[in-house]
Amino acid sequence: MLDLNQYNCLGESLQAAIERWPDEICLIEADRDREKARLTYRQFSDAVLPLARALQDAGFREGSRAAILMTNQSKWPISAYAIFYCGGVLIPLDYKLSPREQVALLAHSKAEVLIVEYHLWRAIVQAPEFKSLAVPTVLVTEAPANADLAGAKRWENFRSSQEPVFVPRKRQDAACIVYSSGTTGRPKGCVLTHENYLEQCMTVAPVFPFWPGARYLSIIPTNHAIDFMGGFIMPFTGGGTVVHLRTLRPEYIRDAFTRYKITYMAVVPLILKSLQKGLEERFAALAPMKRRALGGLIRINRALTWRRARPRVSRMLLKEIHQAFGGELRALLVGGAFTEPTIIEFFHDLGIPIYNGYGTTEACTAITLNDLQPFLPDTVGRPVHGMEIRILNAREDGIGEVTVRSKTVMSHYLEDPELTAETIVDGWLMTGDLGRIDAAGHLRLMGRAKNMIVTEEGKNVYPEEIEAVFEGLPVKESCVVAANYIWHDRKMTGEQLVLVIRPESGKPISEKLVAEISERNRRLLNYKRAGGYVVWEQDFPRTASMKIKRAELAGEIRSKLGREAVNPL
Amino acid sequence: MNPLEKTTDEILRLASEHFKVPRAELNAGDDFFKKLGINSLQALDLLTRIEQHFHIELPDYELQGVSDFKTLAERIQSRL
Repeated sequence: MLDLNQYNCLGESLQAAIERWPDEICLIEADRDREKARLTYRQFSDAVLPLARALQDAGFREGSRAAILMTNQSKWPISAYAIFYCGGVLIPLDYKLSPREQVALLAHSKAEVLIVEYHLWRAIVQAPEFKSLAVPTVLVTEAPANADLAGAKRWENFRSSQEPVFVPRKRQDAACIVYSSGTTGRPKGCVLTHENYLEQCMTVAPVFPFWPGARYLSIIPTNHAIDFMGGFIMPFTGGGTVVHLRTLRPEYIRDAFTRYKITYMAVVPLILKSLQKGLEERFAALAPMKRRALGGLIRINRALTWRRARPRVSRMLLKEIHQAFGGELRALLVGGAFTEPTIIEFFHDLGIPIYNGYGTTEACTAITLNDLQPFLPDTVGRPVHGMEIRILNAREDGIGEVTVRSKTVMSHYLEDPELTAETIVDGWLMTGDLGRIDAAGHLRLMGRAKNMIVTEEGKNVYPEEIEAVFEGLPVKESCVVAANYIWHDRKMTGEQLVLVIRPESGKPISEKLVAEISERNRRLLNYKRAGGYVVWEQDFPRTASMKIKRAELAGEIRSKLGREAVNPL
Repeated sequence: MNPLEKTTDEILRLASEHFKVPRAELNAGDDFFKKLGINSLQALDLLTRIEQHFHIELPDYELQGVSDFKTLAERIQSRL
């Protein structure tokens, strides 16, 4: 791996990787079982430089901002490096957001360039918000030959044969603006510096080292902080290979493991669950004798690997299972949301190390990491190197708000000094999560202090983001609150948002109203929907400027109603 | 039945078989996540089943922003 202390910015470190490993493979792109691209570091550079020069010719300068809106594929890191080469700031946008949300974030970020896949661009062009889109340069990838690009240019043709000029940045300069939430109302654009990324990479790389030949299977969206680090910066600064798979279908993920001899893969809990289900089905289909024998081997493996992972022992004992994962898998990294300990235990028993952890975009991904020494599935591990954790306002049982300090904590929220001041206090990042640290230094998460949920797919959803869809309901007032914010629950899975309705005095909740609520709820993306509604017969507490005092409202509801008052939607 | 209605009907039948939900309980306007109680990965399973039936290839993104059978049928119809 490169010594990242030597570099001031991501562009410099990527440039050094190209010089160090020109003939090693850095990118493989597969669509199902068809390999579409395979690039060495030199070929990667050859693809980047003409794009970087064309961007510079179009006026893209130091500090200019460019957004990428793409699924996982080789053009993602090619475009990202071109942006860094020019000294630009990258805005990795979530392709799963709606076109309306994407346009809103493009406006908020003041992106001068948008690099977007054709099908995503088509959806933006068809949306009413397209009229307000004001990005001067739009580059569309993979557009069909006769497609009308609505003023955009083809990424494949946006090239210049002239040499581009490499623009170095300082460590404290912004590298990326990553939106952690707030697609409507108050966008939270985390401004992450080159230092944040370089420090995070140096912290995590010793645990998950890359070398020429090590392969990372990229299926979590690259705009997600985990894949940006694990599926781009870390492998590239170690001479490794990133395998992009352009589908999430379990059969092709399984196929990619064996085809490409994967070393690492990052997953969200939902995918881990799906892999577990697939294995359980295969176990259940075994003949009774074979199933019993497998059970015995799993018990032996568990006994031998409880204190520390022993990949060779596990691969020998449970050969067939490990071969199904390609035989060279070192770790599955699970993140983005809290993972049920039973799932982690299932894989650990098979000798497949699952590294869970805890992190936030504001802290540039990882805050803690479970080092499996010993294996404690109900914690999220110890703080990563250089990360200080303090539990704020801890109660008698040691539970309080998790606050962290490190060189990886973001610089600020874009154009929101007030929110920045609330979130970073005296250099400490307030995570909004509740936890306590056990005697061995492991962090145990115990719920949330903030009004939001995280889905199994690793999506953060804030109530304010979905409230607009319920505006104008024939009720006196309504708002959306996270159920765990009302009824404090120490669980961090199965979270849901709840619509609180204050009906007009004396008016019962009619079937028609419930039907309308359901219909409006369905306009939201499925992971953003409210899970139920609560009828609240008192006026909402409000500030002088008529904003709802959500914490107070949650407290009032908690004192009078239990969770059973939630009517499912 | 026009071609779109026919495609919708086929998709409802495939969903009913795959997720073992009585066909009579499924309607074109239903939210399949809710009605079938499935997550986004299981919805991809349905897409695979549809591909096999219609002998076409559907990228994962065809499911993006779609949650009801009718819209799904419209997207598939445009590829037939």
